[in-house]
Amino acid sequence: MQNKLGLDFKRVEYARSLASSIASGVQGFADNYTTVAVERTICRLMGIDGVDENGIPLPNVVVDKLKRDGVLSDGALFFIANAMAQTSLLPQEIAEKTASGELDITKLAVADRETILATINPIVNNSIERIIQKRSRREEYIAKLGEGSKPYLYVIVATGNIYEDVVQAEAAARQGADIIAVIRTTGQSLLDYVPYGATTEGFGGTFATQENFRIMRSALDKVGEEQGRYIRLCNYCSGLCMPEIAVMGAFEGLDVMLNDALYGILFRDINMQRTLVDQFFSRVINGFAGVIINTGEDNYLTTADAYEEAHTVLASDFINEQLALLAGIPEEQMGLGHAFEMDPELENGFLYELAQAQMTREIFPKAPLKYMPPTKFMTGNIFRGHIQDALFNIAGIWTNQGIQLLGMPTEAIHTPFMSDRYLSIENARYIFSTMKNLGEEVEFKENGIIRNRAKNVLENAIVTLERINKEGLFSALELGLFGDVKRPKNGGKGLDGVTAKGDNYINPFITKMKGDK
Amino acid sequence: MSGGLYSMQSKDFDKTLDLNKVTPYGDTMNDGKVQLSFTLPVPAGAEATEAAKLLLKEMGLDNPQVVYFKELTPGYTFFNCYGNCTHSVDFSSIYVPKVESDVMDMHETDTYIKENIGRPLVVIGASTGTDAHTVGIDAIINMKGYAGHYGLERYEMVDAYNLGSQVLNEDFIAKALELKADALLVSQTVTQKDVHIKNLVELVELMEAEGLRDKVILVCGGPRITHELAKELGYDAGFGMNSYADDVASYIAQEFVRRNNSK
Repeated sequence: MQNKLGLDFKRVEYARSLASSIASGVQGFADNYTTVAVERTICRLMGIDGVDENGIPLPNVVVDKLKRDGVLSDGALFFIANAMAQTSLLPQEIAEKTASGELDITKLAVADRETILATINPIVNNSIERIIQKRSRREEYIAKLGEGSKPYLYVIVATGNIYEDVVQAEAAARQGADIIAVIRTTGQSLLDYVPYGATTEGFGGTFATQENFRIMRSALDKVGEEQGRYIRLCNYCSGLCMPEIAVMGAFEGLDVMLNDALYGILFRDINMQRTLVDQFFSRVINGFAGVIINTGEDNYLTTADAYEEAHTVLASDFINEQLALLAGIPEEQMGLGHAFEMDPELENGFLYELAQAQMTREIFPKAPLKYMPPTKFMTGNIFRGHIQDALFNIAGIWTNQGIQLLGMPTEAIHTPFMSDRYLSIENARYIFSTMKNLGEEVEFKENGIIRNRAKNVLENAIVTLERINKEGLFSALELGLFGDVKRPKNGGKGLDGVTAKGDNYINPFITKMKGDK
Repeated sequence: MSGGLYSMQSKDFDKTLDLNKVTPYGDTMNDGKVQLSFTLPVPAGAEATEAAKLLLKEMGLDNPQVVYFKELTPGYTFFNCYGNCTHSVDFSSIYVPKVESDVMDMHETDTYIKENIGRPLVVIGASTGTDAHTVGIDAIINMKGYAGHYGLERYEMVDAYNLGSQVLNEDFIAKALELKADALLVSQTVTQKDVHIKNLVELVELMEAEGLRDKVILVCGGPRITHELAKELGYDAGFGMNSYADDVASYIAQEFVRRNNSK
């Protein structure tokens, strides 16, 4: 890529090395601990699904039992595989009998490690194969149908009812959307389980369930064939069930997942130890499944000021990139986030936005950057809002962003109507076409506002990264170095679901998923 | 489309403003001009346009015009429309309850608190329940504030605590007791299926059960909140769109003084 900002790439590499050091500082922790969410994910990878008579998901039944018996540290795979060796039952049957109380998996005689591994190996390979098939299916679909050009047009549906979401999603695809994100119901991130089955009731969004994933993926396949364009499906790998959602998405052919390493800690007050362990496994799965992850840096700017705090976005992008690399996610799957959130009253605000968007593009040249629309300064004046979104779209096409999360004129009023989405897609398509090659035509003046802004943000990001590196990530989060939010290491939700791995602990999926690429 | 570039219709209505019969204004007093857009779940075509016009008539709009339509997806057609409203309202008889306090800026409020209370007021705020949106509470509390209005953290005479989002009502109350809060600010942004009402009412009930309700100033805010709604739900005040830290801080300071004087 042409360097239009005159950035000093030695400084960029220095920033990257700081982020790498920060990421490896927490990876040791992630490697040595497991969580209830990770163990439930392993249950799902062993084929355990469904709910008991009280509607509790069977992966929760199994993992809660291990936790209650104080043996979670040995991991679900060890106990399930051992039970298979001892009883010749399948994992699903073992889970069902655990739910009914017919079988106590922690009281069985323990087979030797070789027997356990040999017993579970076909099950492990079967899951791995199932994910590979979904990944190939996507690749074949894209080869056959083609896909929209970048920036991909990303819109949300959020009716609360998966069947109504389908109607909205089909309409959006026909209007030109490339990615459909089904917004989750408010509060799902704090549930320590994933609901089951098709759902028709939600607040501000629709429950993420495996069945809902399947329903929407199937609808998008149909409308994609009709339109001659592969339509990607996005959901949210965040909250207390990060890796579980990842595996459900991998099984159902989801294409994009919100999957930030720090978001849950900062914005949902989820315990940092819990999140750092969960994010790692969820990203291993997403990387292996060919899923594009989206990071949530835009959220800093809903709290902090976009002009003053732009460097925290860049610093977080660097850290998210390095944590993603450790989980085996290739750069081409890293939808690193940033946002168009400058105060519209700020003189030359668009120039600063443009500088930051171009800077992010040049620093992460292979990443399908996720560019978020204005939200903070959307006022309910839908007419001005439509112009703010137009300026955002201009910055997006000019700087060649990867994923353009379309703003809605009715942002801050309601979840989008079908017509809001139409107006936004029309806005983006008009601008993306009429300004298609603008970026290749225009360079930025030496020592001008734009070049200086980019340089400035990079230098400030380096200062931030140096400080985080000195403190260590855990301590930096405690000190409030991200988005002014302070989180104690032992505070927040979900800490009681974290445990050090014990001697019997086995998770063969991480090696298989990271190694088979 | 149906209307043409210039309106040729006669303007033989009374063109003087009458506050007993207020109707929308386009470019001539009492012309009643209204613009609106909506989607009908029918395919585009002459019948769809006619349906839109009939609907406008049903809404009390004369001279209905469909100026643009577009089939969004098979079976759903979007319309932009204009019409002349045949209804009017009596503006002179309207009464809307409002927060009754003088709005002061940050320095005036600080001075007011110094002179009349003599110690900083403790204010805690949160976006409660499942609501994950912090934009409202941040705009009121965070140092920077919003649109040039500094937030409560910047006030010398306010000790402000922003607890963030998704704070359970129980935890919110516990924090209020711990910090000996003088005022509690609750922000609610998500209003789908009236989830905010349920949550706001629950907080009041919990506070009453704890015997805490009358000991603090309880305020709610959000884009869909009005003072009237807040009062109905058992709050002392409600702040809707276009409210800033100035409005909230001056209200709290004056209400605190008023209560102390009436003791």
